[in-house]
Amino acid sequence: MRRYGIPVSPGKIATTPAEAEAIAREFGVPVVIKAQVYVGGRGKAGGIQFGETPEGARDAAARVLGMDIKGLTVEKVLVVPKVAIKEEYYLGVVLDRASQAPVVIVSAAGGVEIEEVAEHEPEKILRHVVDVRWGLLPLEARGLLAQSGVPSVVVAKGGAILSALVQAFMASDATLAEINPLALTEDGQVVAADAKIVLDDNALPRQKEFAAWAEPEEANPLEFEAKAAGLTYVKLDGNVGVIGNGAGLVMTTLDMVARAGGRPANFLDIGGGAKAEVMAKALLFVARDPQVQGIVVNIFGGITRGEEVAKGIILAQRDLPVGMPIVARLSGTGEVEGRALLADAGLTWGVDMREAAQKIVAEINANNAKGATA
Amino acid sequence: MSILFDSNSRVIVQGITGREGLYHTKGMLASGTRVVGGVTPGKGGSEVEGLPVFDTVAEAKAQTGANVSCIFVPPMGAADAIMEAAHEGMPLTVCITEGIPVLDMTRVAAYLKEHPTRLIGPNCPGLATPGAGKVGIMPYHIFKEGDVGFVSRSGTLTYEVVALLTQAGVGQSSCIGIGGDPIIGTTFIDCLRLFEADPKTVAVVMCGEIGGSDEEDAAAYAKTMSKPVVSFISGRTAPEGKRMGHAGAIVSGKAGSAQGKVEALQAAGIPVAETIFDIPGMVKQALRRS
Repeated sequence: MRRYGIPVSPGKIATTPAEAEAIAREFGVPVVIKAQVYVGGRGKAGGIQFGETPEGARDAAARVLGMDIKGLTVEKVLVVPKVAIKEEYYLGVVLDRASQAPVVIVSAAGGVEIEEVAEHEPEKILRHVVDVRWGLLPLEARGLLAQSGVPSVVVAKGGAILSALVQAFMASDATLAEINPLALTEDGQVVAADAKIVLDDNALPRQKEFAAWAEPEEANPLEFEAKAAGLTYVKLDGNVGVIGNGAGLVMTTLDMVARAGGRPANFLDIGGGAKAEVMAKALLFVARDPQVQGIVVNIFGGITRGEEVAKGIILAQRDLPVGMPIVARLSGTGEVEGRALLADAGLTWGVDMREAAQKIVAEINANNAKGATA
Repeated sequence: MSILFDSNSRVIVQGITGREGLYHTKGMLASGTRVVGGVTPGKGGSEVEGLPVFDTVAEAKAQTGANVSCIFVPPMGAADAIMEAAHEGMPLTVCITEGIPVLDMTRVAAYLKEHPTRLIGPNCPGLATPGAGKVGIMPYHIFKEGDVGFVSRSGTLTYEVVALLTQAGVGQSSCIGIGGDPIIGTTFIDCLRLFEADPKTVAVVMCGEIGGSDEEDAAAYAKTMSKPVVSFISGRTAPEGKRMGHAGAIVSGKAGSAQGKVEALQAAGIPVAETIFDIPGMVKQALRRS
C-alpha cells in the first residue's frame, strides 16, 4: 500500500513480549497490539489490546501471543502507535462477476464488516464499475467520496487514496483490496488503519514477489502442501476421501458420497491425462488426512487412461495404511484394461459413480462396525 | 442444424504447435472437423499435420477463410490470443485454456464490447455438434446425433452426462461447455437463447454448479421458453468460501450456493435432477409432455 502512496499507520511485527516493549519505546506510547492471524473477528476474541506504557505493551503482547483465535495460534503481533480516531470509512475494490470488471465500493460507515452494512443499510453503500482501460480516475474517486457524504478533507485525501488503491489492485492482480477502516484522526490526518488484499492465484506466475508471501497458516496445512505439489485439493471434514478428474465431476462425486450416507473428507482433482505416478501421489496425499477411513476414485477416461489410473492405485497400495478400503470407478478410455488390473490385484471397483460411492461408504461402515465389536 | 458450429465451419487453431494444441488438433481432424490451419507467432510458413501455420490470425483468416478459432495458448498469453481473434472479426472463438488471470479477462470483456466475437470459455472443453465434429477437447465417440441441446460449466461432468444420454438413446443436437471461470464469454442464458431459436433442438439439458448467478438468470429465461429444459446442479456438499477446483466455483456468503440455484430453478418450473442418473429419464418425460 505504501508503495502506491497510501498513508498507512506505521507498525512493526513482534514475536516476543520483549520485542513489543522495544517497539513501544521506539514509537512512543500509547500503542495498540494486534494479533496477526488470517481470520476476521480478532477484536471480539481479545486479539486487540492496548499498552499505555512500554511495560504495558510487553504485558499486552504476552497476553495476545499464544492466544487461540478460531483454531489458529497467534505467533506474531503488530505494534502500532495508538491514534485518536474521529471517524471511520470503508474503501474497497472487488472483482465483480456480473459486471465482468472491478467494482469500487465506498461507504461512510466504516470499521464494521461491509457485508453487514450492505444488508442493513444498503443506502450507505456506493458502487462504481471501473473501466479497466483507465483504472479509477482521481476525479471519479473524489466524486464517489463527495457523494458518500464524508467531510471535504476526506474527499481530497481519501480520493487520492482510493485511486491509488485501485492502482494497487490492478498492479498486483488482486481480486479484493480493501481499506477498513480508512480513519480520519483527531488531528485531521487520513490514514489506512487496516487493510486487506486477496490475490488471484492464476496470476501468481507473473507476481513472483507476492507468490512468496503465501504462508502455510493462511489455509489448512494440507491444502498449502497440495498447492506446492501441483494438486487441486480442498480439505473438508468428513471421512471419505474423494479423487477424480475434472472439477465438475469431483464435485458431483462429493454429492454422490453424501447421498450414499457418507461424509466427504476432501475434494481432489487430478486434472486431465494423469499418469500412474500422479494417481499414486494423490491417493497417498488424501490418506495423510487422519480423518480419512477410505477413498473413492472416480475417473471418466478421455485423455486420462483407465490402466494408468489402475496402475497408480496398485502402486500406492504398499504405502497406504493397512486395511484402508479403496473403491475405484473407471469408465471411458482404457476401462477394460484398468478394471482387469484392479480385479487381479483384488481391489474393488464400481461400474458407475453411484455404485462406487455406495461401496466405499458400506466398506467404511463395515470396518467401523468391526472396530466397535473388537 | 445445430448451434454455433456445423459441417461448413472452418477452424483454425491458435497455439497449434504446442503439445496440447497439436494433440487436440489431431482429435478434431479425427472427428471430421474441417481444421484449415493454425497460428503460432514465429512458426509462420511451417506445417503441422499437413496444415499451414501462420504468424498471425489476420494471415490465417485471409488465406484459409476460417470462421472459427480454437485457442490452446498458455494462460499468460491467452487473453491476447482471444483479443487477436476478435480484432480480426472471427465470428466464433473457443478458448480452452485454463488459468488465465481474471484481470486479463476483465480487459477481454471490455475489448469484446467493441470487437464482437462469440467467445466460448475460457477454461472450457469447447463444443461439439454430433455428425459435424467438434471444436476443443471433448471425447467425440460419446456423442450421438439427435435433437437435445446440452450446456454445462464443466468438462468431465459433461462427458459423463452425455454418455448417460447416449446410452439411453437420447441424441444431442449440439453440446457446449461454457467454462468454469468467473468471467466467461457465453453464459447459460446465451446458450438457451440459441437452442430456443434452433429448429433442430427440441429440449435442453443444463448442468450448472455453485458460484455466481448464471443459473438463476437462466432460470428466469427458461421459464419463457417454448422448449423444455432439464437441469442439474453440482456442488451441493461444497462449503462456503472454498474454491472447488474451478476458479468460478465458490460460494460467497449467501451468493452462489447450490441450494439457491436449485430453488430458483424449481420456482421457475424447471425440473432439477437429484442425481445425474435421473437426467435421461427426465428428458424423455419432458419430451412426452411437450
